[in-house]
Amino acid sequence: MPGKVKVIVLAGNGINCEYETAYACTAAGANTVDTVHINELLRGEYAVGNYHLLCLPGGFLDGDDLGAAKACANRFRHATIANTGERFWDQMLHYIERGGLIFGICNGFQLMAKLGLVPALEGGYGEQKITLTFNDSGRFEDRWVHLKVNTASPCVFTKGMEKVYLPVRHGEGKFVAADHSITSQLKKKGLICLQYSDEACREATMEYSLNPNGSFNGVAGICDETGRIFGLMPHPEAYLHRTNHPRWTREELPEEGAGLAFFKNAITYIREHLC
Amino acid sequence: MPHRIEVAIKDDLRDSLGEKTAARMVNDLGFSVQSVRTIESYTIDTTLDKQQLELVARDAYCDPITQVWSVDRPLAKTFDWVIEVGFLPGVTDNVGRTAREALEASLSIHLKEDEKVYTSHQYLIQGDLSRTEVEQIATQLLGNPLINRFEIKSKEEWDPQKGFGPLVPKVTGLKGGEVERFDLEITDEKLIALSRERLLALSLEEMQAVQAYLKDTAIKQKRKEIGIGEGITDVELEAIAQTWSEHCKHKIFQARITYIDADGKEEVIEGLFNTYIKGSTETIRRALGKKDPCLSVFTDNAGVVAFNDQWSLAFKVETHNTPSALDPYGGALTGIVGVNRDPFGTGKGAKLIFNTDVFCFAPPDWPGPLPERVLHPKRIFEGVREGVEHGGNKSGIPTVNGSIVFDERYVGKPLVYCGTCGIMPRTIKGEPSHIKEAHPGDVVVMVGGRIGKDGIHGATFSSEELHEESPTSAVQIGDPITQKRMTDFLLRARDRGLYTAITDNGAGGLSSSVGEMAKEPGGCEIHLERAPLKYPGLDPWEILVSESQERMTLAVAPDKIDALFELASKMDVEATEVGRFTDSGVFHCLWHGETVAYLAMEFFHEGAPRMDLVARWQPPRPEEPVVDPPHDLTATLEGMLSRLNICSKESVVRQYDHEVQGGSTIKPLVGENADGPGDAAVIRSLLDSYKGIVVSHGICPRYSDIDTYPMMACAIDEAVRNAVAVGGDPARMVGLDNFCWPDPVQSEKTPDGEYKLAQLVRANKALYDYTIAYQCPCISGKDSMKNDFMAGEVKISVPPTVLFSVLGTIDDVRKAVTMDCKAPGDLVYVVGQTYEEMGGSEYFAMHGSIGNQVPQVRAEQAKEIYHKLHTAIMDGLIASCHDCSDGGMGVALAESAFAGGFGMEVDLRNVPAEGIVRDDYLLFSESQSRFVVTVNPAKKDAFLAIMKGITLGEIGRVPKGKAFIVTGLKGKKVIQGDIYKLKVAWQKPLGV
Repeated sequence: MPGKVKVIVLAGNGINCEYETAYACTAAGANTVDTVHINELLRGEYAVGNYHLLCLPGGFLDGDDLGAAKACANRFRHATIANTGERFWDQMLHYIERGGLIFGICNGFQLMAKLGLVPALEGGYGEQKITLTFNDSGRFEDRWVHLKVNTASPCVFTKGMEKVYLPVRHGEGKFVAADHSITSQLKKKGLICLQYSDEACREATMEYSLNPNGSFNGVAGICDETGRIFGLMPHPEAYLHRTNHPRWTREELPEEGAGLAFFKNAITYIREHLC
Repeated sequence: MPHRIEVAIKDDLRDSLGEKTAARMVNDLGFSVQSVRTIESYTIDTTLDKQQLELVARDAYCDPITQVWSVDRPLAKTFDWVIEVGFLPGVTDNVGRTAREALEASLSIHLKEDEKVYTSHQYLIQGDLSRTEVEQIATQLLGNPLINRFEIKSKEEWDPQKGFGPLVPKVTGLKGGEVERFDLEITDEKLIALSRERLLALSLEEMQAVQAYLKDTAIKQKRKEIGIGEGITDVELEAIAQTWSEHCKHKIFQARITYIDADGKEEVIEGLFNTYIKGSTETIRRALGKKDPCLSVFTDNAGVVAFNDQWSLAFKVETHNTPSALDPYGGALTGIVGVNRDPFGTGKGAKLIFNTDVFCFAPPDWPGPLPERVLHPKRIFEGVREGVEHGGNKSGIPTVNGSIVFDERYVGKPLVYCGTCGIMPRTIKGEPSHIKEAHPGDVVVMVGGRIGKDGIHGATFSSEELHEESPTSAVQIGDPITQKRMTDFLLRARDRGLYTAITDNGAGGLSSSVGEMAKEPGGCEIHLERAPLKYPGLDPWEILVSESQERMTLAVAPDKIDALFELASKMDVEATEVGRFTDSGVFHCLWHGETVAYLAMEFFHEGAPRMDLVARWQPPRPEEPVVDPPHDLTATLEGMLSRLNICSKESVVRQYDHEVQGGSTIKPLVGENADGPGDAAVIRSLLDSYKGIVVSHGICPRYSDIDTYPMMACAIDEAVRNAVAVGGDPARMVGLDNFCWPDPVQSEKTPDGEYKLAQLVRANKALYDYTIAYQCPCISGKDSMKNDFMAGEVKISVPPTVLFSVLGTIDDVRKAVTMDCKAPGDLVYVVGQTYEEMGGSEYFAMHGSIGNQVPQVRAEQAKEIYHKLHTAIMDGLIASCHDCSDGGMGVALAESAFAGGFGMEVDLRNVPAEGIVRDDYLLFSESQSRFVVTVNPAKKDAFLAIMKGITLGEIGRVPKGKAFIVTGLKGKKVIQGDIYKLKVAWQKPLGV
């Protein structure tokens, strides 16, 4: 469908931010936004290949019972599409190869990490090199954080942004990389797109509660080398209107919430490159 | 042969769960512990080869970046003591269920029904501890003997090859399928003994009613024909006990009460519920006429009101007190996911949009000894908090409003109020969504979780006081994910019109849900053997009354049944046909074709004899204490801010997701640093609309010590004024009442029953008077009437407590205001009159007294304040607005100041007051219907013009600095504080 931006928002099995994520996609200008249950995907009733942007919203996939999004990552790795026998994972690889975008938020980012969708260095999709683990505080927290945006990152979602203020709502958000070489490659390649930072968004920080979970290097979001596959712990879809901001009754703010920019960037990119 | 997979965090990484647990061993139990690390263990009850096990461990159970795993080999090393905590047989093991699914996915196999995965946790402790101390850690911190098993080994006892070995907590040895019959032609003593032995909680009169029913010739004849026999079956007896339980039937609220007031004047009340609660709602609805927002009140699982032309809201608040006393985590979790099913099971079903929670606990720093089987208040606090966290967060429902009340009398039974609101389109497939109707011939379908022995007798059990031998089968653990899967499925089924009625399986299980739904068609036929079980071996009566969670019952037209089952299977939700609705007039249950229950619907629902009770009001007269005026009011203010009932609850609120679903507008924490106490929540559930929902509550049990009439009035006023404070429209509010009372029925165990019942009557009278005065009809509610704890001779009763919740609207959320002062130079007003009403105040409580001048609610003045203030808010004239409640104006001023990050300079001589000559009383009197408001000087005239006729005083201004200065009645500076110091005092007790 030339010119029509098509988005698939995943739902079911404990995903619970699909409503506002789908709303964000529509508000950002997507033409079609389908909220699709995981089972519908695995039964072949919908296929990611028919879309430009796959959103993996926040939630508690399988209750985060084996660790955040772990059980779902395991399912996605092994699942076959019911009616074709095709491996779901192969569908995903084709989708990525064909240039599709993936946007994982919170539990969606945890899923991407455990599936090895990010950072996928040297195109190694499927190799888990990072994880999001239990917050140093040992507890779930809902709080807003200042994020420094890496302007040198290839990330298409954060284009034109320098800083952003968003809520985190998680108990397992501490970013850990497999080893130092992964971290240094992430840095070198500019894949660390977002970092928890001081209030001016100048410096990444390890200071609690500015850094709410103890993430190494203050990492809050990373992308793959194409910049099209991007995951972050904070919730852009929770800040679509100024009245979502915790201080909107005391500050002058633009009507549009800063979180919408991520979605707009993705849709602009799709219009320019994929439609 | 069972196998065991263990997963541990890599040695060089922090184990935050271990660290948190270690800190609690030190802080809560006072033990000497250096460190704790944890291991997760999965016991797999099936035969797999090594390669398969390793694949599962590596792929499904272990995070390769942070964890290591082992198969059939213990990982534990370097510890002084190791404790393993697992579940007892039959206890819900959510992680085990997911682990089983993950195993199947990894290996592409399907396990047999009884091949399960069981989880347990190991805690490796380094510290100088005795075995007794370690046992204490196990049972008092890590687990609960009611649901957990514990294994303890010291370093010396540990065999590094064997470890604990796989231990399978499988339910075995149950025979099941038994139906017992009872001859009720027995003496009264034996009737009551039967009720007691079977935990039926039926009174002698009720047992006699059953006896009389069986004697009826026509009934006898019918029972003979159907072949059930002359005696009553256990299935029937249990079903009656559930349906007639206080929990389900609200017998005390239905009772005929002779109320004798202090002057000896008698009055007969034909049911508190009908007279006062339903009575006031009907009066208000008539008065509102076309403006009446109510669509469905008191008839369904939740009350339904119109939100706008297209959408309606269904709101319900429940309590889950007894289960939370026994197992705080499981009890509260079940409480929240249980109340979720109320709006979900209302009308055709509503999508859940927010939760509320209010807890009443004993102080967490409880120093003294505790009665047998009472858990430490700190443990109850943390367990309940975590249960609600998991229940709300994992279900994707924001927890937007709540509070915590502390009083020593909640030590025996904590009160755990959980509320949930849902939204639904006003019509679905052309039919009004708030109406449901099962038809004869519709299929009875049970959806969601399976049935086990868990939660048997929950309804009858909560209808009795808690005692040392209370049954533990009432304890269960909720499963938010099974429920989430079910609700995802049901919302789709609803929108496709696949069912005609829905209700939840809560108290009383299938017997209540099917029994209730069968009222409309006029009967039902349930085949109990068809119900899916968690494990085999249940008796038919257990299947009927089990309260196993995450289940809904549907009525499905026969031509829709295939479509429903297909959708269910597609979405991995179990749906089972268990019977039919009929018009036979009979509640009919069968077990493999044999009739095991055959009760006339009318008797089943209406046969309970009505109670006749006496209430006698003797006002207590606590003495007005002599409190010396404090020398240093600054320190006194700090002391007040550190009171448990006033201090910051941020540490709890932060752990609740209050923003999911994207509509968060006024959050529970507000202000410069998002740490001030918001008065009420505002959410915008329809993201393409600016119309918002306002949620607030009031609760003031301390006032019950003087008189429950003003207590109720104050609770209503507090809820309404909180809603007004953020911008809620006082002309369009509805309420929910949740009564939690000590047993008010006079008996040997309750010699003061008549007084407690009089307290109940008085609270109801106030509810009637004030909901009518405020035109705020109750749309739903609940009562919990046996909140006592008995241990031998010791009885601990909760203070009579009512939670009044308000659901309101705001036309444009962009006009909402918060409580934090906004800018230097703004003028500070106190709106409303202050009286010397110190009775039941936090200030007197700080001095160990009650007093007798309890706050009165002057409804006419209050209404005028609310309407005018609302106009001022809508006109954008208010910078900040904070209600005065616990701790009065002094506390409100301080909170408004430090939340805004500015100081305050106020002069008490300008506070409109009557009869107060003391600075401390003026600051801390809890007179109702008052606000602290700040206004930009440029808007002063417009503000005052709107507020004309209202009692208010311009008492000062917001300065540039951080100083909090109060000039006293004698013109001297009586408080010279610093907002940061005040905030520290406020945040210290429970942390942030």
